[in-house]
Amino acid sequence: MRRVLLADQLATAVLWSIAGSVILILIAIIAHFLLAALPDFTPSFLIADPSTDVIGGVGPVLWNSVYVLALTMLVTVPLGVLGAVFMAEYAGTGRLIDLIRFSQELIGSVPSIVVGLFGFAVFVAATGWGFTALAGALALTVFNLPLMTRLAEQAMRAVPDDERSASFALGATKWQTIRHVVLPIAIPGLVTGVILTAGRVFGEAAALLFTAGLATPGRLNFANLNLLDPRSPWSPFHTATTLSVYLWRINSEGTGPVVDQVANLTAAVLIVAVLIFNLGSRALGQLLQRRITGTRS
Amino acid sequence: MRTDGLRVAYGSKEVLRGIDLPIAKGKVTALVGPSGCGKTTLLRTLNRLTDLTSTCSVSGIVTIDGEDCMAMDPVLLRRRVGMVFQKPNVFPMSIRENVLYGVKARGNGKTEYAEILESSLRKAVIWDEVKDRLDESALALSGGQQQRVCIARTLATSPEVVLMDEPGASLDPRSTQLLEESILAIRGDFTVVIVTHDIPQAHRVSDFLAFLYDGRVVEFGETRQLFAEPREHATKEYLEGGLVTVPPVGNVAAAAVPVSA
Ligand SMILES: Nc1ncnc2c1ncn2[C@@H]1O[C@H](COP(=O)(O)OP(=O)(O)O)[C@@H](O)[C@H]1O
Ligand SMILES: [Mg+2]
Repeated sequence: MRRVLLADQLATAVLWSIAGSVILILIAIIAHFLLAALPDFTPSFLIADPSTDVIGGVGPVLWNSVYVLALTMLVTVPLGVLGAVFMAEYAGTGRLIDLIRFSQELIGSVPSIVVGLFGFAVFVAATGWGFTALAGALALTVFNLPLMTRLAEQAMRAVPDDERSASFALGATKWQTIRHVVLPIAIPGLVTGVILTAGRVFGEAAALLFTAGLATPGRLNFANLNLLDPRSPWSPFHTATTLSVYLWRINSEGTGPVVDQVANLTAAVLIVAVLIFNLGSRALGQLLQRRITGTRS
Repeated sequence: MRTDGLRVAYGSKEVLRGIDLPIAKGKVTALVGPSGCGKTTLLRTLNRLTDLTSTCSVSGIVTIDGEDCMAMDPVLLRRRVGMVFQKPNVFPMSIRENVLYGVKARGNGKTEYAEILESSLRKAVIWDEVKDRLDESALALSGGQQQRVCIARTLATSPEVVLMDEPGASLDPRSTQLLEESILAIRGDFTVVIVTHDIPQAHRVSDFLAFLYDGRVVEFGETRQLFAEPREHATKEYLEGGLVTVPPVGNVAAAAVPVSA
């Protein structure tokens, strides 16, 4: 009896220490970069232009990260949800759906650097666009669509059949049922899918190196609203070096007196941005859930 | 409505084995019988919700006003034959959106939404309880209230036939009483088919009664008559005690056949 109790206590202790060390590692990573960056940090670092001679800033690359993220989600979310509607509501069972699922899993496990090379061949070279935010977003879509579709499909399959039956019994068509009952109820799950996919986008570098570009951007001219002009920061055709790519770039081939400080500062900004993004979207997801399926409206 | 020689199977398992049932227009027909005898399946066949179950196969004849239900577009059939389920399954939307859901799905824009909303909630005996909170989530209501919203939601689409699958099964006595009031209030305007395990309830609300056993109609007739003088021993046993000790044999033809819708 004593030994059983002891084993139980031991197991509990081991599990707790594993969980504890995960938290410690997270804190250590954050602390390491924040402490390294703190002495040199000024708010202007967030908006100033990059430089390695003096401590400049990450304004344009931060903008590019947000821009590529938004563009990727703009493509991934609708495609993922439509794909999920097909998989969950129309495909039924059979060879075709098995094949789709198999391909989904395969694409999901292709290394992102390979996706980047594929993206270069198709979205950069074949299209003749060159390195663009759009090419980066499309490469990230290839990389993320399987995950988004699978999570959206799970969210839709989790909607009870009772709700579907109720809608059909009221004379609604299949599309009306999907549009007005299944999708709204699935929203919390869809939001989770969006968060997980978007989280992968923000930190991704490999898939973007050869698609969105890795040139250190100069000053962005936000007054240029021409969406087809590659010089406009608003244009999907502008070269969009993101934070992670920029960090990789200065770490691997940066020269200059302050390159280490700039790298630490950039890493800190990246970490804080990812944290803010994750916490923010989680809060948004919970808010949406309460608004839509909640007990009070 | 009526069914003739209706047979329904899930895969190779036959669940309904030849149902001949007339459903009188404007009357309440109750279906009773032990669990698993096929009552829910029969209801779901009447509005072809069985189409949603891929393993389910249906043969035989189902008609509404003489038209073949199996040949219709199921969406159009369900606009004429509504259904209230055993478990209150309101949508996670406001009470107003729940009640108007089916009306809006029909998409004929000229509709008087406010009027339909009030009249159907009144018929479902819940108007007074919810009239000041129509835009609150229906999920905030009690189970009994939710079930009456489900009834209102079905009535709002003005179907010809309302199917109810043990609508009182999960309700408290007070809610059950309101539910029965509602059924009595709509009798005449709607044809109602109600499945219930509550035999006194079947006695109170129905005009006709069918006793099902193992996929067959053992006995069918006017409710009063079935209670007063059942022809089958099994019917008598079931109506008196809810238990059947000697299983009935074969399928017994309907006695007095009413004018069917
Ligand atoms: N979707 C289904 N797939 C397979 N068998 C089913 C399904 N639904 C019901 N059945 C079976 O059909 C029989 C009748 O069920 P049901 O119509 O629900 O009976 P009741 O409502 O009278 O309790 C039961 O034996 C049940 O197990
Ligand atoms: Mg049942």
